[in-house]
Amino acid sequence: MDNAASTARAMSERLAQHLSAAPPVSREEIETVVRAVFATLHGDLSSRDTELLAEVEELGRTIAAAKAEIAALRVDDITVSQIPSATDELDAIVSHTAAATNAILESCEALDTLGASMKGKQADILAEATTRIYEACSFQDITGQRIGKVVGTLQAIEAKVAHIVEAFGDPSAAPLHNAASTHGEAALLNGPQLPMTAMDQSEIDRLLASFE
Amino acid sequence: MSIDKSMNVLIVDDYKTMLRIIRNLLKQIDFNNVDEASDGSEALAKLRAGQYGLVISDWNMQPMTGLQLLQEVRADGRLKETPFIMITAESKAENVVAAKQAGVSNYIVKPFNAETLKEKIEKVLGHG
Repeated sequence: MDNAASTARAMSERLAQHLSAAPPVSREEIETVVRAVFATLHGDLSSRDTELLAEVEELGRTIAAAKAEIAALRVDDITVSQIPSATDELDAIVSHTAAATNAILESCEALDTLGASMKGKQADILAEATTRIYEACSFQDITGQRIGKVVGTLQAIEAKVAHIVEAFGDPSAAPLHNAASTHGEAALLNGPQLPMTAMDQSEIDRLLASFE
Repeated sequence: MSIDKSMNVLIVDDYKTMLRIIRNLLKQIDFNNVDEASDGSEALAKLRAGQYGLVISDWNMQPMTGLQLLQEVRADGRLKETPFIMITAESKAENVVAAKQAGVSNYIVKPFNAETLKEKIEKVLGHG
């Protein structure tokens, strides 16, 4: 059994290499290893062979359990219904807030027109009020961009879930790419920062001034 | 010397609502000749065809971004001196640095207020 032990050691090393490398070991590769291990088993089994066989059986059970768990996830519900539905809801929020903002702006423009025919303190108060409304309405741009980021994240999750399903059904599925990896100007386009991490206007002014 | 508020101002943003807000804020400070574009390439075509004294542009637009527009403007012999203000939600230091290196005249982070817009316009037009 020296030859068999040597082959088993080689298989074990191959498995270890696969486990530490990316992408993960495919079903076909595991099957190849298992077949090769069985091919080394002739005649009566030694205690070492039995141990190896038990490990292979455990590996098979782990794969079967993982497949069952993925099947139980009902990933079709996620990719076909839940994520598209969530995306549609978010798009509807953007659409409704845009419509509401435009209605507010229209009323504000009417007040500005009225203000142009007024004089003195009342005209100033009206102009100041409409200015504040215009400023506040810029929320629609910011929230629209934030929602756009969430939609992008949902679509990335959808793609990754679909890939997991595809990988289990089709061993030749292409490796998953890291969608977050961007270069050049694209790496600078991140949309609004969260308030706790964003630079405010005074910090930007100081940074710009440092160039002068 | 006062600012010539009769100049043509080009505002560039892919959000129509934001264009409307900026147009109204400009109108309140007496800039009435305001033209609009919805991305960098449309803006560049308008700039090359017309005479504008100021560009106020968003950054994150497709197909041409505000940064690409700025680079095109600075590389164009006739347009290169045009004051260019970036108004964007991109507030990371590397964004400000990239815009400055490309030749931006000033940088406003969204959400902004009318006073900031007025102050930056006056500054880039040489009266701040």
